[in-house]
Parts: sequence; C-alpha cells; structure tokens
Amino acid sequence: MAFTLLGRGKTLREASVIPGFGLTLGFALLGLGLIVLIPLAALALRAASIGPAGFIAIASEPRVLAALQLSFGAALIAAGVNAVFGLLVAWVLVRYDFPGKRLLDAAVDLPFALPTAVAGIALAAIYAPNGPLGGLAALLGLKVAFTPAGVVLALIFIGLPFVVRTVQPVLEEVERDIEEASALLGASRLRTVFSVILPHVYPALLTGFALAFARAVGEYGSVIFIAGNIPMVSEIAPLLIVIKLEEFDYAGATVIASLMLSLSFALLFIINALQGWQRKRFGNV
Amino acid sequence: MSEAAYPVRPQRRSEIGEGGIIQWLLVTVAVVFLTSVLLLPLAVVFGEGLRKGWETFFAAFTEPDTLAAVRLTLLVAAIAVPFNIVFGLAASWAISKFEFVGKNLLLTLIDLPFSVSPVISGLVFVLLFGAQGWLGPWLEAHDLKIIFAVPGIVLATVFVTFPFVARELIPLMQAQGTSEEEAALTLGASGWHTFRHVTLPNVKWALLYGVLLCNARAMGEFGAVSVVSGHIRGLTNTMPLQIEILYNEYNFTAAFAVATLLAALALLTLVLKSLLEWRFAGELAATKRH
Repeated sequence: MAFTLLGRGKTLREASVIPGFGLTLGFALLGLGLIVLIPLAALALRAASIGPAGFIAIASEPRVLAALQLSFGAALIAAGVNAVFGLLVAWVLVRYDFPGKRLLDAAVDLPFALPTAVAGIALAAIYAPNGPLGGLAALLGLKVAFTPAGVVLALIFIGLPFVVRTVQPVLEEVERDIEEASALLGASRLRTVFSVILPHVYPALLTGFALAFARAVGEYGSVIFIAGNIPMVSEIAPLLIVIKLEEFDYAGATVIASLMLSLSFALLFIINALQGWQRKRFGNV
Repeated sequence: MSEAAYPVRPQRRSEIGEGGIIQWLLVTVAVVFLTSVLLLPLAVVFGEGLRKGWETFFAAFTEPDTLAAVRLTLLVAAIAVPFNIVFGLAASWAISKFEFVGKNLLLTLIDLPFSVSPVISGLVFVLLFGAQGWLGPWLEAHDLKIIFAVPGIVLATVFVTFPFVARELIPLMQAQGTSEEEAALTLGASGWHTFRHVTLPNVKWALLYGVLLCNARAMGEFGAVSVVSGHIRGLTNTMPLQIEILYNEYNFTAAFAVATLLAALALLTLVLKSLLEWRFAGELAATKRH
C-alpha cells in the first residue's frame, strides 16, 4: 500500500479504485464546518474580542467563580461515586448470573435515552422534602433538593453509564487463566482481585471517570430542577450562561463558556491520551 | 478442552470466584443502587403523570400549546435525523474506505460536539445569529429569523446530535475493510450500485442503531434548544421545553404527562437498542461504547 508518487511530492491520500472520495469528504467537511467549526470559532473570536483585562474581570466575579466551582466540584464528586459504583455494577453484570440481569443491563443506558428535562423533574420529585427519598432524608435531618447535594445526585444519574459501559468490555476480556494462576500460586481471592484483575481495568475505569466528569461539568437539564438555583450556593455554570444570555450580557456568557470549553477540551485531550495508553498496554481493546 | 484428558479433581469453586455470601452482597448492592438511581426516576415519571387518573392525563394533550410542542419536536427530529444519516454515511465512507492525511483530526472533530455543554451548543448559535451576533444585523435587514425561531432550534439539534450516526458506522466500516467494494467495482458495478447493494446491507443494523440514538437525543434535547428557542408558547417550544414551562407553573400533572411521552420514547429506544445488540451483536461494532 505505497503512496502514489506525483513528481517529487506524495499525494495527500493513497490510491484507491473506490470512487466517491471527493464527494463524501467534501460533504463531511462542509457539514462539520458549517454546523460545528464556524459556530465554535464564533465563540472563540467573541472571547478574544473581550480582551484579557475584561476577560479576567468577568472570570473573577464571585458569582462566576462560585458557579464554576460548583460545576467542577460536583462533577468531580459525582464521577468519583460513579467510578466506585460503576465498577461494582460492571463487575456484577459481567461475573454473576441473577434474575433480572438482562433488564438491569439494558437499564444502565437509561440516562443516555431519557431526555434530561424528564430526568430533572423526576429527580426533583423524588428528592423534594415531600418525595419518597427526600422525605426519608428529611427524617435523618438531611436536605437534598435545592442544595449542592441535589446537583451531585443528578450528576450521578447522568454519568453512571459512561463508567459501566467503558469498564464492562474490558472486564469481559480479562482472562480466567491469570486468575487461576494467581489462585494456584497461593494468592487470596481478595489479593487476586485487587492485584491481578483490577489493574487490567484501571485504564478503562479512568477513561470512564473522565467521560462521566466531562459530561457532568456541562450538564444542564437534569440539574436545574433539583438544584434550586440559588446564586452562590446551588447555581451551576451552564445555568449562569443562560442567565447572562437572558440579560443580554453576551460577554459574560462568552467568558464562562470559553472557560468551560477550554477545560473540557483539556479533558478530551487527556481522555484520548488515556485511550492510547490503554491500547498500547493491553492491545486493541 | 484438556479437562477430558487429565483426571482432574472436582475444582473448588471458591478459587476463581467469590463465596456465596459476598456474591449475594455485591449483587444486592448493585441492584439496590441501579433501582434507586435509574429505575425509580422512571417509575416516578409514570406515577406522577397518571396520579390523577387517565382523564387528567389525556386532558394535558388537548392543550393547544402542548400539541404545538409535540408537532415541533417531530418536525425538528424529521430534519435533524435525515441530515445526520447523510452526514454519517458520507463521513464514514470517506474515513473508512480511504487513507488520507488528517484522518485522525477529522475523527476528533466529529466527536467534538459530545464534549461541548448543551448550553454552549446553543450559545454559539446565539453569538452567530442573535440580535447582537456577528450576522445579527444582516439577518435583521433581510427579515430573516434564526434565533428564537425554528431554524435555530434545528441548528442546535443538529449540532448536539452531530456525531451519533457517524460514530456507530465508522468503526464497523473500518473493520469491514474495502475488499467487498473492490470486488463489486472490479466486476463492473457502478460506485452508487456498490454502495447500495454491498456497503449499505453490511451496515444497515449499525445505521439503524445510530438513528435510534440520534432520534432519542434530537427529540429530548433540552439545554441547547432552550438557549436558542426564546420559549414562545405554541411557536418555539419543543416537548422538553413545554415540560419545563408546565413544571414552573406548578402544573405538575401536565408536566409529567408530557414527560411520560418522552419517557415512553426512551423506553422504546432502549428496547429496540437491546434487541439489536442481542440479535446482531456481530454487525454492530461499537455496541458497548458510547
């Protein structure tokens, strides 16, 4: 599969008898450019036109800082909870048989399929002081809805499938032979699980954690109903963007958005690097 | 295989598994966690929607604004999903059948909308087409409305659903390679004929899979659409936005009634998706990845 040589330079693609390269690539690039890249560039340009001084002034407003802190902090906690329970759920789904397993396996994808606004009002109804779990929490003196804890709960809901679906296929591929070897060499079951099986899963778990985190940072619909949206307390960054837009404060909205986007892209970069590392370490997973 | 050849003592189960009690405990924790986190919200949607009986439930759908929201949601999906199919097929054909410079960059860019917050996906279009946006004055001069109108809602929906079909097709078509297409072309089939009769049948289940997920997201998108819609009743409210309005007016039964429709759509999507995964696992490349 050598490159075709044209004069001294290489062509930008390999020769092929299959037609349609120009048409399909052209259409793909046109769609990508018009729908995704030009709008995102508009955001970047707008952010650049604000200038560093104005940018820092908006970014250091206490309300903006509080919102960013809540969005990233709650997302971090939720992704952490999801990493623990997601691993446990993936383990149970891969290793054990029990009645209703297929149903639960399918239900893991529910947060992907259920519209966020629907999830949002349902979570608000459950954790409101007169709701089934909110009432239970109230008996224990805890308040969930309209506090940062409510934000974390919504983000746990939204992020769970990312961890389970990233870990599950890797766990399925762990060879039973190495477990047997470990057991025959005298390791306890606990030691086999933690020093033999789980190290294979950690890169995938880290990827799932990062995906859940990235999704949670930007999440809007499932959060705003349960959060109560009290400025400085339970107001998430995406909501603050919406509020700034409603006040026609485009500069404010742009600054928050570009801060969130740059952090998300940094994350995306890390996720890609992680997946590359995973492939190198464990073959083509 | 070798077990028959050697006289093996019956193996103690505990050596490569967990004891009965630990296993029971782990399963219980997982089931309780999934039930309370995932299934309870779903049950609450149906429970609250039907709490005041079927009559109140159906009354919610005689409201003209709600009906307009249902129609708008269907219209937006009817535009966004076909665009996604054409784009997904074109992108995956170019990426999987050819080798060219910059392919990895293109793959990353296609996935880009997944890592953008829904609110920001709406914001970028406001900055472009809004009253104070780059093209705002020009649009106003020509009496064109994109933001706070249906075109903006369609654009935002296309943005957030952008990667859905492509990312189901690309890994599968890459795995399938080019030999079947090359054989068809060598035997004299035209490019279009090859695509329709060789490539398309090979990827039809993955395509359907992508369309299902794309449609669920297109009909359920909230954040991005909320930013560009302007919430004009009967005109620019989709179903998720109508749910928000009803909920904020303390009209909980109606809000949950509309929500049951979207929840039913989500359930249908999950059932069809699981069916595809069970029946055609080999013909879907990325079943377990999202």
